[in-house]
Amino acid sequence: MGAVRATDEERRVGHGEVILDVENLVKYFPLRRGFAQSLKGGPDLAVKAVDGVTFNVKKGELFGVVGESGCGKTTMGRTILRLLEPTDGKVVFEDTDVTALDPEEVKKLRRRMQIIFQDPYESMNPRLDVSRIIAEPLRIQGIVKNAVDARPYIEKALEDVEMTPPEEYLFRYPHELSGGQRQRIAVARALVLDPEFIVADEPVSMLDVSIRGEILNLMLNLCRERGVTFLYITHDLATARHICDRIAVMYLGKIVEKGPTDSLVKHPLHPYTRALIGAVFVPDPKKKGFGKVLSGEVPNPVNPPSGCRLHPRCPVCRDICKEVEPELVEAENNHMVACHFALG
Amino acid sequence: MALLEVRDLKMYYKTLRGHVKAVDSVSFDIERGEALGIAGESGCGKSSMANTVLRLLPSNGKIHGGSITLDGVEILKLDDETFRESIRWKKISMVFQGAMNALNPVHRIGDQIVEAILTHEDIPHAEAVERTEQLLDMVGINPKRFKEYPHEFSGGMKQRVVIAMALACNPDVIVADEPTTALDVMVQSQVLKAMEDLRKRLDLSMMLITHDLSVIAQTCDKIAIMYAGKIVEYGSVIDVYENPTHPYGMGLVKAFPNIKAERTRVRSLPGFPPNLLAPPEGCRFHPRCPLADRTCMEEEPRLIEIGSNSHKVACHKVDMLERGVDIWEQ
Repeated sequence: MGAVRATDEERRVGHGEVILDVENLVKYFPLRRGFAQSLKGGPDLAVKAVDGVTFNVKKGELFGVVGESGCGKTTMGRTILRLLEPTDGKVVFEDTDVTALDPEEVKKLRRRMQIIFQDPYESMNPRLDVSRIIAEPLRIQGIVKNAVDARPYIEKALEDVEMTPPEEYLFRYPHELSGGQRQRIAVARALVLDPEFIVADEPVSMLDVSIRGEILNLMLNLCRERGVTFLYITHDLATARHICDRIAVMYLGKIVEKGPTDSLVKHPLHPYTRALIGAVFVPDPKKKGFGKVLSGEVPNPVNPPSGCRLHPRCPVCRDICKEVEPELVEAENNHMVACHFALG
Repeated sequence: MALLEVRDLKMYYKTLRGHVKAVDSVSFDIERGEALGIAGESGCGKSSMANTVLRLLPSNGKIHGGSITLDGVEILKLDDETFRESIRWKKISMVFQGAMNALNPVHRIGDQIVEAILTHEDIPHAEAVERTEQLLDMVGINPKRFKEYPHEFSGGMKQRVVIAMALACNPDVIVADEPTTALDVMVQSQVLKAMEDLRKRLDLSMMLITHDLSVIAQTCDKIAIMYAGKIVEYGSVIDVYENPTHPYGMGLVKAFPNIKAERTRVRSLPGFPPNLLAPPEGCRFHPRCPLADRTCMEEEPRLIEIGSNSHKVACHKVDMLERGVDIWEQ
């Protein structure tokens, strides 16, 4: 398969027009309280999954969002597409305010914004064959009237994901395909509408290591050759680093650091990013040794810590961190960090 | 003589469509205090092998030959009762895949460990409680949490409880099947570090089963790479990572993105593993191998030693590979 070398990100970043602008996006999931509890009063509780996230994605860019489970990255991806309703904030896609659209308009927008889900075993109807799985978006959008009309679109989509000849796969069912092939079908389903923007939510975490590269390189090719913009959501900093132009690191519903990939990975400024990089094992037995990681685990997002959310686990925490929440500010060229004592 | 010696172990699952050869003539050694990593794609038989060693097989899984000796004693010949009483948990214990869900949600975690001790040893309850507290302390959990329930623990803490449980009867060997797969990177690092410290301190041997080669690089001394029920490459981690020689081993090692090295493209191995009901003739990797020729399709390669240090490879093309050709480069 045609693997593409991930190079010249630095040149690409900073240029290009913005395709997606996310401003102070907030998504809370209210907690239901029992009758007795509601009599007692007190503030309404909510899981603060995404709590004020601001960033933009440039046209033709592969933008990575990295974080541990529960940091709100998946919720953020879904809220951007209005698969979940935002609590507050604004998402502007090209010149459309996504957050202000009515359901009919959201449906139309799906032609331009698509998603690839994590689990290729669960995200497909086992009773539909490949041709019908890929034709579904066409049918929903009313682009084709019948299966005959849909055929050229489906074949093109299959060719785009390098499943050739398409005839060989058209009438297979998901259970007849390997995990990697299934995830290609998921990519083909997202591509069939020829979208400009795709959210890829952990597209390789369920796949074996030996075939992860296939899907990642496929995304990279689509991005570089067809100009499709990707938001790559993952917990795996190592893969993000290899394909993304820019990366944002999330912790407890907030972006703590974002910047061009090389700058962020080689010179992490936030203690959390640094620990995250330290925790990634290296497949090299000569470099044994556990990196410095933070103690404890991610706290409950119902009651996030005051001030800087990392402060109970942070090795450089001082008094101000417990009270004042740090803003995301530019530290270096395009490299933003939210920390009172950003590491140099 | 090694502490655990496995020779030509065969375990097949009987199904309506024939035998699934999940473990097919597998041999390896683990010395005292040594850690062996077993790597491979899902479905390659690595978990089946762990379950075979501990005899935790479903009713259709049958051992079809081979030998397993522990400290010079053939344990494959023991009857089930003796095996359960004197080997499992006392000599070889296990940390299961998804162990966080292996705890009983309605019992206190301390009681669950006490139960594991009392099942295997005839000691007073108070002594078992005392040992449990020591075990909790050893894995980095405050013994005061003895009376808490699993839901009061986070994922990483539950994993530590399960590790404490595996250590309950002072085993010689621990079999850990994907012990950290469900955990976040940072928690994974904490748990593996705790395991590593304990292993060194107690001079434990370990068999670590994982698909994650970076975990093996960090924690193991030796590695066995399995493909379709067979070991295709075996040796010290240094030898195998520096000089992977089997085409599959080479592909797998290179498919792993390294965050500390220069950025390269992400590699992958085309194709997918075979159906073990009807594995390919000859070398099982031949349908995916860029070097495969007629011999590979007809003759099964044997695991032979290359170089020194008992680095072994099962490939007909070994001469060609030793010259350091990168066969996956395009």
